[in-house]
Amino acid sequence: MDYLPRTGQGRAPDVFERGGWMPMREYRDDEAVDFAIVGAGAGGSTLACKLAEAGFSVVVLEAGPFWRPLEDFASDEEAQQQLYWLDERLTSGADPIALGGNNSGWGVGGSTVHFSMISLRFRPEWFRSRSLLGYGVDWPLSYEEMAPYYEEAERALAISGPLRYPWGPPHRRYPYREHEMNAAGLVLARGAERMGVAWSAVPLATVSAPRGKSPPCVYRGFCNFGCSTNAKQSALVVWIPRALRAGAEVRDLAMAGRIELHANGLASGVHYRRSGQWRFQRARNVVVAGYAIETPRLLLNSSCPSFPQGLANRSGLVGTHLTTHAGPGVWARFDEEIRWNKGPPNMAVCEHWNYTDDGKDFAGGYAFMSQGPLPRAWAQLVATSRQLWGGRLREAMLDYNYMSGLVAVAETEPRPGNRVILADERDRHGLPIAHVEFSYSDNDRRMQEHARRYMGRMLEAAGGKDPWTSEDTSHILGTCRMGDNPETSVVDSIGRSWDVRNLWICDGSLFPTSGGVNPSLTIQALACRIGDRIRTLSARGEL
Amino acid sequence: MNTNARYPGYDVLAKWDSPSFDDSTRRVLGRRLDDVPPRRFLSEAEWDLLEAVNRRLLPQPDRLEPIPITPWIDAMLMENLGEGFRHPDMPPLRECWRLGLAALADEARCRHGRDFTALDAAEQDVLLQALAVQDVRSPQWQALHPERFFTHWLLKTAAGIYYAHPWAWSEIGFGGPASPRGYVRLGFDSRDPWEARAGKAKDPG
Repeated sequence: MDYLPRTGQGRAPDVFERGGWMPMREYRDDEAVDFAIVGAGAGGSTLACKLAEAGFSVVVLEAGPFWRPLEDFASDEEAQQQLYWLDERLTSGADPIALGGNNSGWGVGGSTVHFSMISLRFRPEWFRSRSLLGYGVDWPLSYEEMAPYYEEAERALAISGPLRYPWGPPHRRYPYREHEMNAAGLVLARGAERMGVAWSAVPLATVSAPRGKSPPCVYRGFCNFGCSTNAKQSALVVWIPRALRAGAEVRDLAMAGRIELHANGLASGVHYRRSGQWRFQRARNVVVAGYAIETPRLLLNSSCPSFPQGLANRSGLVGTHLTTHAGPGVWARFDEEIRWNKGPPNMAVCEHWNYTDDGKDFAGGYAFMSQGPLPRAWAQLVATSRQLWGGRLREAMLDYNYMSGLVAVAETEPRPGNRVILADERDRHGLPIAHVEFSYSDNDRRMQEHARRYMGRMLEAAGGKDPWTSEDTSHILGTCRMGDNPETSVVDSIGRSWDVRNLWICDGSLFPTSGGVNPSLTIQALACRIGDRIRTLSARGEL
Repeated sequence: MNTNARYPGYDVLAKWDSPSFDDSTRRVLGRRLDDVPPRRFLSEAEWDLLEAVNRRLLPQPDRLEPIPITPWIDAMLMENLGEGFRHPDMPPLRECWRLGLAALADEARCRHGRDFTALDAAEQDVLLQALAVQDVRSPQWQALHPERFFTHWLLKTAAGIYYAHPWAWSEIGFGGPASPRGYVRLGFDSRDPWEARAGKAKDPG
């Protein structure tokens, strides 16, 4: 399908109205803006909002379209593949990661447009995982430094969550009440209670009561394919309208190809392609927020005489230490009707193995959640995991309304050989495409085996029959890690490049370790913190 | 197999004019139901071969009018729009399908001295299963990985297309599109009046 840019001529789409517009400030290409931000996902949208509200001039370049959910999002898995990054990439290694689907995003809002809305904080100790837990690497900042920004993100997204979350330090109550639990979540609850471990309603970024122009969630269950009612508090409906009101400009269908380095050693702007034309946006600062594949790809594609191995890559670490969340799954049939397509796909969670350090044969942690795949994705999982086809596939699919399952979000180890490099092949813009290499470590495998066994026991405790397992991954992180030392990290604790001081990174690439929970809340909290720190530095004249 | 056995009388499309369907969804599903694309990319022989394969991957003897699969693969190839990634040992999308279908055709000739389309259903199934377990004879598989082609291209694609069709949703009792109405009853054995009613709820089938 062909998409046309929507922003321009002083206006941007109003996401809350069919065919609606809102005013947008615009900047000329040759006008050096304070910040050019590449990518309008969880990191870029949040930072654009924070910086614009702090009075900076901001231009956001987003490779994909600017959606209006009410008119663009069908209740249909197939049509909504449009939300993914479908330009070709290569994937290899002993355990090649499936790309292009739920671990990618294309369009304003990025993958928050189709994410599961799971909004969990990191376990505090993970910020010191090497020092306190003996694995991975320490972050250059503490949970205590992150806590106020977690709270800011939770308020901004009006998280609907339980009165008391059973894991982690106490924090302010979630702004909205938790959602009614669906049967798929009640399966997890029943199994957990029979095994004597805690479970909880997932804190979710979809509202349980009206909020502004967002109506309460109606439990239609197509959350992973875009929310057609705007109940979901994605970056597209939360941060972007705020950013626009504060004077940011968003350019949709604008693919960044190269960051230009000036002779003074600072970035001078971004080359980008829009409507078939290569253009150059001048900027005093450049922020890369393209997520953990496109961010290192852009830096590697921006190599220049001063940085022959890739821009801001004196450490040689750009693209390396890629982590993902392994997603081992267990599925079983129940006597009751579950009808797991109703409600958000992941309503119940068990973080027992994130917060328990004893009795493990692996380092790191994992959470697991109840599931609600829709028929297309479910059929593909059944067919490829069980090698079922023909009449046996159709028979197995008849159990759709009786199935339930658990899938883990399991931390993988950051290792240098898991990485993003450039391929010889070029994309439709003429840019070298990304090649992702990934293999699990022995520890990663032990963790997944543990998760499969444990989740299998829980499903059976809940009454599940004929369990079987599947493999998957979700989220891609860590390819431009933050740290305290320019030798062992790409950027500092506020995402500022050690090598190019007006170049910043603000997305999941920053994560030194991936933790055992979904990353979006942490990305948004990091972006809030980076925005605050930039304002402080600017006030001190230290930008 | 009787298509209506599990949820007799249930038809997702009966909700077309109800609050469960919105305009965007009607637009998309209208195309899927009424605008099945003609052959544009594949050759006639490739099309016939793929159609024979799809009839084994998703046999539909119970339907007078089968859910179309091959036309949507042809359309995908015409638009050159894949999943956004591939293993470096696999060629790009269009080439991969062309080479894979050619190798599959050659596999049938190596084994039986006949075209795949001339084999009976049982012979076709045995041949497809051989791809799944990488027990292949045609030298043409040197160009691509037979199991990856079978599982992640042929099977995954066909399964995705079949279960993206409203008739398949009715078959498995899926509620289907639900915007703006959504659902109200979320617990165990809870069904909104606009959901499928199981004929024999406790029968595992």
